[in-house]
Amino acid sequence: MELNTLTLPLDTAITTKLDEAIGWARESSLWPMIFGTACCAIEFMSAAASKYDISRFGAEVVRFSPRQADLLIVAGTITYKQAPVLKQIYDQMSEPKWVISMGACACSGGFYDNYTTMQGIDEIIPVDLYVGGCPPRPEALLDALVTLQNDLRTNKYNPRRHKDFKGKLDHV
Amino acid sequence: MYEQIEVLACGMHALIEEKYKEGFNYLLDITAIDYSEYVQAKESQFAVVYILRDTSFQKTLLIKTYLEDADIESITDIFSGANWLEREVYDQYGINFTNHPNLRRILNHHQFKGHPLRKSYPITQGQLSYAVDDLSDEMNNRLLSKNVVCSLEDGTFSECNKDLMFLNLGPSHPASHGTIRTYVALDGETIEAAVSEIGYLHRGFEKSCENHTYNQIVPYTDRLNYCSAISNNIAFVKTVEEMLGVSLSERAQAIRVMLLELSRIEDHIVCLAAVLVDMGGLTNYWYMYNPREDIYEILSKLTGARLTNSYMRVGGMANDLYEGFGEELKEVIKKVQYGVRETLALIKHNRIFHDRTQNVGILSAEAAINGSVTGPNLRACGIAFDMRKDTPYYGYEKYDFDVVVGSVGDVYDRVMVRFGEIEESIKIIEQVMANLPEGEINVKDAAITLPSKEAVYTTIEGAMNQFKLTFEGVKVPMGEHYSSLEATNGELGFFIVSDGSGTPYKVKVKAPSFTAMSAYPDIIEGSQLADAILTLGSLNIIAGEMDR
Repeated sequence: MELNTLTLPLDTAITTKLDEAIGWARESSLWPMIFGTACCAIEFMSAAASKYDISRFGAEVVRFSPRQADLLIVAGTITYKQAPVLKQIYDQMSEPKWVISMGACACSGGFYDNYTTMQGIDEIIPVDLYVGGCPPRPEALLDALVTLQNDLRTNKYNPRRHKDFKGKLDHV
Repeated sequence: MYEQIEVLACGMHALIEEKYKEGFNYLLDITAIDYSEYVQAKESQFAVVYILRDTSFQKTLLIKTYLEDADIESITDIFSGANWLEREVYDQYGINFTNHPNLRRILNHHQFKGHPLRKSYPITQGQLSYAVDDLSDEMNNRLLSKNVVCSLEDGTFSECNKDLMFLNLGPSHPASHGTIRTYVALDGETIEAAVSEIGYLHRGFEKSCENHTYNQIVPYTDRLNYCSAISNNIAFVKTVEEMLGVSLSERAQAIRVMLLELSRIEDHIVCLAAVLVDMGGLTNYWYMYNPREDIYEILSKLTGARLTNSYMRVGGMANDLYEGFGEELKEVIKKVQYGVRETLALIKHNRIFHDRTQNVGILSAEAAINGSVTGPNLRACGIAFDMRKDTPYYGYEKYDFDVVVGSVGDVYDRVMVRFGEIEESIKIIEQVMANLPEGEINVKDAAITLPSKEAVYTTIEGAMNQFKLTFEGVKVPMGEHYSSLEATNGELGFFIVSDGSGTPYKVKVKAPSFTAMSAYPDIIEGSQLADAILTLGSLNIIAGEMDR
């Protein structure tokens, strides 16, 4: 087929698996919802600004409504007071959805091993990717994003992977 | 330094009232101390500490009282800023303030049991919260006090003359700049009553401090006001150094002044960029944020981290400036000036900007003083209180700069004061860098500063010294001390109680954002919803510092 032919000949067909077609489409149309609480949110601002420019990866349509987003980026410390808020936001997002935990506090509580800080958001919601650092550099966040995109293209994520997840706030 | 008075709990209210009339009309902080595990036996378990300042902003007064039972009279009738401060002491220590209009938890969640800063509370004992507070009783009281609703005989309320709609701004809201919740009662677009709830980022800073050595606390201070981490580092180590009675070399002082001003620029840039985004001016965000990246660039070369620098140490700093820092700083300053110039070109004579900011979100000078508001927010009201001028430290008196003040105290003034302060900070940095003294950056004292690596690896004394200082920490003489400096958001103070060991017995932060936020509901009541968002942005509330 000539490259400059704009239309495909009538007798040509492209065959693929449905999953792969969907994965290809999902890869570059992530709509992140940024749940920024602390220092990491400032680094997210850097990731969104011109130097690092998250829009190069097709994920710049930042939503502040969870109902419009499919990628939750939890950037910052989640305290016990904050936990029900985060859980509600996660529940409001419609499937399919993915979660990036950005920074030491969201991943494990960081160095706030005390009475007020949740020791990792995976105690209440399932997490797909963890980004270390306190706070992580913007490159680290972009790396997580690219990793997620690759995984989406190759359909690594089983849509039912969190079926049995039971968080600390789930029984109420 | 400051004067300290001790008084009986029953005479506290009268004494503060008397001092208020004498001119101590500015409340800095209220905190409590739990002496139950202190090395010395004290008169009683709890003491409450009030820190006041006089009208000249130069004299500080610390009043302390020992409590027989955990009860004391509230001073909210004298200072409106005492409202939240007393709530915090109640929340953290369980001290009951009688006659307080709204004594409820502020930092911890409403399902929390116990008082975490009491020594008997284990540091790691977390408590789950299953639902957020609906704030309905607080809102009803607020509406009642404003005669917006009438209470009925059966205990319910009726909206007597307004058709109200209730709305939550936050805790997750694009305009809440972090995690702050404001619950508003709207009549159309007008806010009839507002109640703010904070504590969503309460990370237990003060309890963590009681379990770490002084130098280990430096990284925690980074994360108070994470937009200008180095100024928190400096405010903390300055307090500890004053307790130790050491003074820094001229070079170390000059470097600290330069970094304080650089952090001020860094922080104002974020605030201004964000408030202009809230207004719909996204272009300014790029103009302002690019030079911030350049500041990150030199700070990460200097300290190893972009945002959370942890650069200061008790008795000095981690390392000296690198070769060529001065030239790179000059380039960065040029880029900052370019960013500021381009932004001002877009907004200075912009009718939309003027209409959205002038006479919007007004904080009067009297309300600001009474509400303990500090920093650029106070200066925007026309009060020229700047610790760099009023009680200079680190040789600020040597530098030529102006205190930028506003006149009305509206959003416009708060934004423009910050633009002006960036210019003034640049002036100070240029003066510091032009005459940077030579010398040591750390205090030469084996009990404070770590030995050189060469000494650690080759001599037994050096190895022992390193081990002792790292594991036991810098031993700070027994006592209590308050010290502060002019950080980006205003007076950032630390009140430290030492029991003579390498770990503080108690640390309290006097956080400028905390009092600014406590003034916020009063500012926005009566204004439009969209203006409330600009007002919040222009106050530059940093949740890490406010909630600690």
